[in-house]
Amino acid sequence: MTATRRDLLTAALTTAAGVAVTAGQARAEEPDHDHDHQAVPSDPALRAKALESVLVAKGLVDRAALDVLVDTYEHRIGPRNGARVIARAWVDSTYKQRLLKNAKAAIAELGYGGAEGEQMVVVENTAQVHNLVVCTLCSCYPWPVLGLPPVWYKSAAYRSRSVIDPRGLLREFGVELAADVEVRVWDSTAEVRYLVLPERPAGTERLDEAELAALVTRDAMVGVSRVVAPGGGAHA
Amino acid sequence: MNGVHDMGGMQDMGPVRPEENEPVFHAAWEGRVFAMDLAIDGDWPGGSGRYQRELIPPTDYLRMSYYERWLTGLSELLLKSGMVNRAELESGVAQGGNTKGRHMLGADEVAPMIAAGRASTRDVPVTARFHEGQRVCARNVNPVGHTRLPRYARGKQGAIVRDRGVYVFNDSLVQGLGEKPQHLYSVRFAARELWGPQAAATDSVYVDLWDDHLDAA
Repeated sequence: MTATRRDLLTAALTTAAGVAVTAGQARAEEPDHDHDHQAVPSDPALRAKALESVLVAKGLVDRAALDVLVDTYEHRIGPRNGARVIARAWVDSTYKQRLLKNAKAAIAELGYGGAEGEQMVVVENTAQVHNLVVCTLCSCYPWPVLGLPPVWYKSAAYRSRSVIDPRGLLREFGVELAADVEVRVWDSTAEVRYLVLPERPAGTERLDEAELAALVTRDAMVGVSRVVAPGGGAHA
Repeated sequence: MNGVHDMGGMQDMGPVRPEENEPVFHAAWEGRVFAMDLAIDGDWPGGSGRYQRELIPPTDYLRMSYYERWLTGLSELLLKSGMVNRAELESGVAQGGNTKGRHMLGADEVAPMIAAGRASTRDVPVTARFHEGQRVCARNVNPVGHTRLPRYARGKQGAIVRDRGVYVFNDSLVQGLGEKPQHLYSVRFAARELWGPQAAATDSVYVDLWDDHLDAA
């Protein structure tokens, strides 16, 4: 699927339609020169490379710092952090109470915090309430516990539909909710970041904290799936 | 701004397509754009990159991938600030140095920067206009600039669920009009208030809104 999308993008970028990306930017300043840039299709990879070269040459960015940033979000900060938080809450009811009362402080107890988690709220899924997190305006997401958001979370399809048809959307993710379950959709319109505390699945009473953390998925912490016990017919 | 970025409630945008084993970045350039955006010491107010992405023409916005929007937004901010010029972006060749004396983030400064984050709460005495439990109405306004009040909530009635404290008001900050700190609230809107009888009676949408977005209902 990714390959298909990328192929389409590549194809688009070699056509006049694709070049409108840069022409559109030029239009505001040079209304009569819409087509000036069409001779040089703007592949984003080439544009990014040119930008980096210029910023490095000017002493505005350090390539080594960029390497560290990429490595941090590719390898060090991701949904395993959030999974540890969830597992701790499942095994330690006093931790869970702290987490629901002051999420930022409780998450900091496990060593997580910082950029895009400056203000955190954790919402709890129960048999009666199902929470779902979205950012309809942009892509806001709790980086310290989930890392950077997946493409689907940032997509027009998810951002548009989550607020108006959360039950239909959840059904596509494999979550069928009874009519009497209350759905709460959290639109991250400010600087507060939301994390869902999923329900602990039945049949996991004998698992320890690390084993429980291994069951917790990113999608469950966004609220689009449930956590399932081992051998419990897992879905995404 | 009633831009295409304000997507809540739009229909026919197609199915949501999760990707198995999705990489954090789908190509190396995406990571470089992400990193440049975080590393650059711009002379613009916080959140300007996001507003710049909102200003991408709608047809382009919908066609672009996520990090193409970041690349476009960052490039435009750098051009506006005079930190780079268009010839440099097109050629990849710098014509001058760090003329504005901006700080260059070092590799050893990355972890402290991430750990510190950027607080948007403010410890200043501001009177809350509303209290928890109070009925409110989101203002029916159509500002041309940046706003965190989504279209689908405008003119709709809800209830204050939680006073989250005093926050920088992004609608003001991003437009260079200052932080204008004020109370931020979690406001619950019944799904039927927003979408009518097609929505489930049990369901609701919680939106974080500031004092200046709300009136007493």
